[in-house]
Amino acid sequence: MANLNINGKMLDLKVDGDTPLLWVIREQAGLTGTKYGCGVGQCGACSVQINGELQRSCTISVKDVKAADKIMTIEGLSADSSSPVQKAWLALDVPQCGYCQSGQIMAATALLAKTPKPSDADIDAAMTNICRCGTYQRIRAAVHMAADMKKA
Amino acid sequence: MKNVKQNSNSTAQQVSRRTIVGASAVGGLALGVGAGGLITKALAQKVLADATTAGEVSAWVVIAPDDQVTIRIARSEMGQGTLTGLAQMVAEELECDWTKVKAEYPTPGQNLARNRVWGDMSTGGSRGIRGSQDYVRQGGAAARGMLLQAAATLWGVPVDELKAENSTVTHAKSGKSTTYGKLVGEASKLPVPDLKTVKLKDPSAWKLIGKAGVKRLDTADKLNGKQVYAIDLKLPDMLTATIMDAPVFGNKLKSYDEAKVKAMPGVKGVYKVGDTAVAVVAETFWQAKKGLDALSPVWDETANNKVSTASIAELLKAGLTSNEGIFTGNKAGDADAAIATSAKKISATYDSPYWNHVTMEPMNCTAKWTADKCEVWVATQNGDASLAATAEASGLPPSKCEVYKVHLGGGFGRRGFQDYTTKAVLLAKQLPGIPVKTIWTREEDMRQGRFRPVSQCKLDAGLDAQGNITGFKMRISGPSILTAVAPSRLNKDGSDPAAYQGLNADGPEGQFGYDIADRSIEYAMRNLHIPVGFWRGVNNNQNAVYLECFMDELAKEAGQEPLAFRRKMMAKYPKHLGILNAVAEKIGWETTKPADGVFRGIAQHMGYGSYVAAAAEVSVSDRGKLKVHRLVMGTDCGYAVNPDQIEAQVQGSVAYGLGASLYQKITIKDGRVVEENFDTYESMRLEDFPKIETVLKPSGGFWGGVGEPTICVAAPAVLNAIFAATGKPVRSLPIRDVKLRA
Repeated sequence: MANLNINGKMLDLKVDGDTPLLWVIREQAGLTGTKYGCGVGQCGACSVQINGELQRSCTISVKDVKAADKIMTIEGLSADSSSPVQKAWLALDVPQCGYCQSGQIMAATALLAKTPKPSDADIDAAMTNICRCGTYQRIRAAVHMAADMKKA
Repeated sequence: MKNVKQNSNSTAQQVSRRTIVGASAVGGLALGVGAGGLITKALAQKVLADATTAGEVSAWVVIAPDDQVTIRIARSEMGQGTLTGLAQMVAEELECDWTKVKAEYPTPGQNLARNRVWGDMSTGGSRGIRGSQDYVRQGGAAARGMLLQAAATLWGVPVDELKAENSTVTHAKSGKSTTYGKLVGEASKLPVPDLKTVKLKDPSAWKLIGKAGVKRLDTADKLNGKQVYAIDLKLPDMLTATIMDAPVFGNKLKSYDEAKVKAMPGVKGVYKVGDTAVAVVAETFWQAKKGLDALSPVWDETANNKVSTASIAELLKAGLTSNEGIFTGNKAGDADAAIATSAKKISATYDSPYWNHVTMEPMNCTAKWTADKCEVWVATQNGDASLAATAEASGLPPSKCEVYKVHLGGGFGRRGFQDYTTKAVLLAKQLPGIPVKTIWTREEDMRQGRFRPVSQCKLDAGLDAQGNITGFKMRISGPSILTAVAPSRLNKDGSDPAAYQGLNADGPEGQFGYDIADRSIEYAMRNLHIPVGFWRGVNNNQNAVYLECFMDELAKEAGQEPLAFRRKMMAKYPKHLGILNAVAEKIGWETTKPADGVFRGIAQHMGYGSYVAAAAEVSVSDRGKLKVHRLVMGTDCGYAVNPDQIEAQVQGSVAYGLGASLYQKITIKDGRVVEENFDTYESMRLEDFPKIETVLKPSGGFWGGVGEPTICVAAPAVLNAIFAATGKPVRSLPIRDVKLRA
């Protein structure tokens, strides 16, 4: 059993304690915006925020998450895709296949929370998620655009 | 994206796999392309009537009373933007309001039942646009004609006095005006005109095709988790499975610890899949995975267990000089004699490794089997092939099978192969009535690839006293893709035409761009048990590296700079030369010097109907660390449908192709793949992504592909820049494994 606070909702879920948080989010909580890409913390498709910190949910066992921990997934980022990062992503048509983009958006959101006006080097260092389609140039531009929106 | 509303009245005709996969002739039933197949006209018409959804004007166009236009798309969207591009082409001719356009997929079963009215569903070879541009535009134009005719009849005026624009028909003389939504009821009752009579717009009149800033139709749901990929699918009472196939491809499964695993929490059963694979079915993925991890499967051993990267290299190396199993492609004159009498003789041997596609979404497929029907939900690049695979594995005729295409988390060629569909159906058949989603782990996805073939290439050339090439020979040695996956497409002599991509004397699939009278391009076919497949760019990737890097070696031997050395052989190939010059101009090849310590390289190629070139600026540190500072990527794809998406594809091709060239190789040890995940099979990340400038120069008059062509030139341009920086050619990939400084 697990008591989890996901996107502000308390959920009482029947699940084995060693299950990675990723699969609990996807299968028990039914929030499939968080993706499975590697299962070993390499690709970042499973990125979520826990208490405001960016985390790769495929490497966290659900038993290590407390009921008081606040988990935020892509579905919790905004009610209507209105966060600056989502708006910038839309304006620049960033996604191609889109599979990694939930993770990319979560990573960009976490970066801007800590570094409101990131340089290219800041973006390079923070955005380590893999995109096989190669949307990187637009990701970089969209992070800058989102930073400008937040500032405005 | 939704699938077209299901037609419940399935036909009972038997259609062979060949009919489904191979059909491509033009049929006259409804609008579009179809094949006669085995469906009689009367039967087909009955099915058409049943399947027609309200508001369907032509097979491609459905209009709602509120003017919302739904455009049917047969090809698969996997990120490349073809869904938007194809919709633009229909809308261009339809003259509809682009802000009220959405797209949907017809199902392969509907395509079959409607006499293949939507044509080929296969999405590969950069053919999404270029392979269907004519009939999708005709589909839009025919629907516009029917709407105009409906208005003409309504108002009692000649149809040629009417104008269609922005989903509105107007009659200037009377001042009458109405919308498509109001005309659709009458228009859809009209006969669909013969395609041959449909006149298409002159390209000069295009408003939507080629326009900058046309947004994708499919972005919004990818920003908030709403987009449903195949792996996200939920069905009532669904179970989830994970699977492991023989790590040494083809070896038979001998035993596994079923008793132990069956007792584990959530596990519903352990099932053999075919002769070589085993799957654990459970309530959740993690339970299935824990079960598989505890299963200890054992396979038999064969001679293939002795195959390794080193043994493969030996086999391929022997092919470089062997007289057995050799095919000749582009040949003219007598290259051997010309080289033998040359002032200078140059020889080099290159090699490149197996690569895996590694789509972000691992292979997966959901199947539900009963004795009367088999349904499959799958991310596929080829809906027709998925239906054929479903029919074959289910033991049911295609008319009792249906495939629902679900959004793809990447394709790159991998999802054209239906091995994952076959396995999912074979498993579901053992649990009748229960939908079973089979998800491959990343590790399984890495091991069970359809790999870009390993190869070696020996190049020989002669130079005369003025530094001109006298004779040129290229011998490629490696496995054949078509022998493995489509033997019907081999040349009559058994040779693989795909082996010569980009090196052919003529043709849209890659014309050799250098005028060398005495030349011979040969192929030593050396097949192995490791499955090979079409990997974005396919054999153009290595062929362009071999040819273009050797050109730089020859230029250096001739004492000439690489651009001038190429130009003097390219007068007969103005399109190749045109894009090469455009790229050279953009990077400032002849006008500016790069920064201190930065060196330039250039390359050109032709593939998938398009002419491409690249120029790179790189530095190599004293310790041999490479940095790519700048890449100029050029393409002449004839007509450019969506410039923004072409730019995105060009950038993506660099991440995919240059990323592989920098970091990736699949190693074979004891007959099996060694790499299992991104920690050992690295992908390009943002910090390594160079700044890319795209030069889009569509010269018109032809339709070239976009998704693949530029991938072929990114790596050779960078390799040539490294050669310029270090004076030492890089002849082996990945670059990471090469010591760039002594």
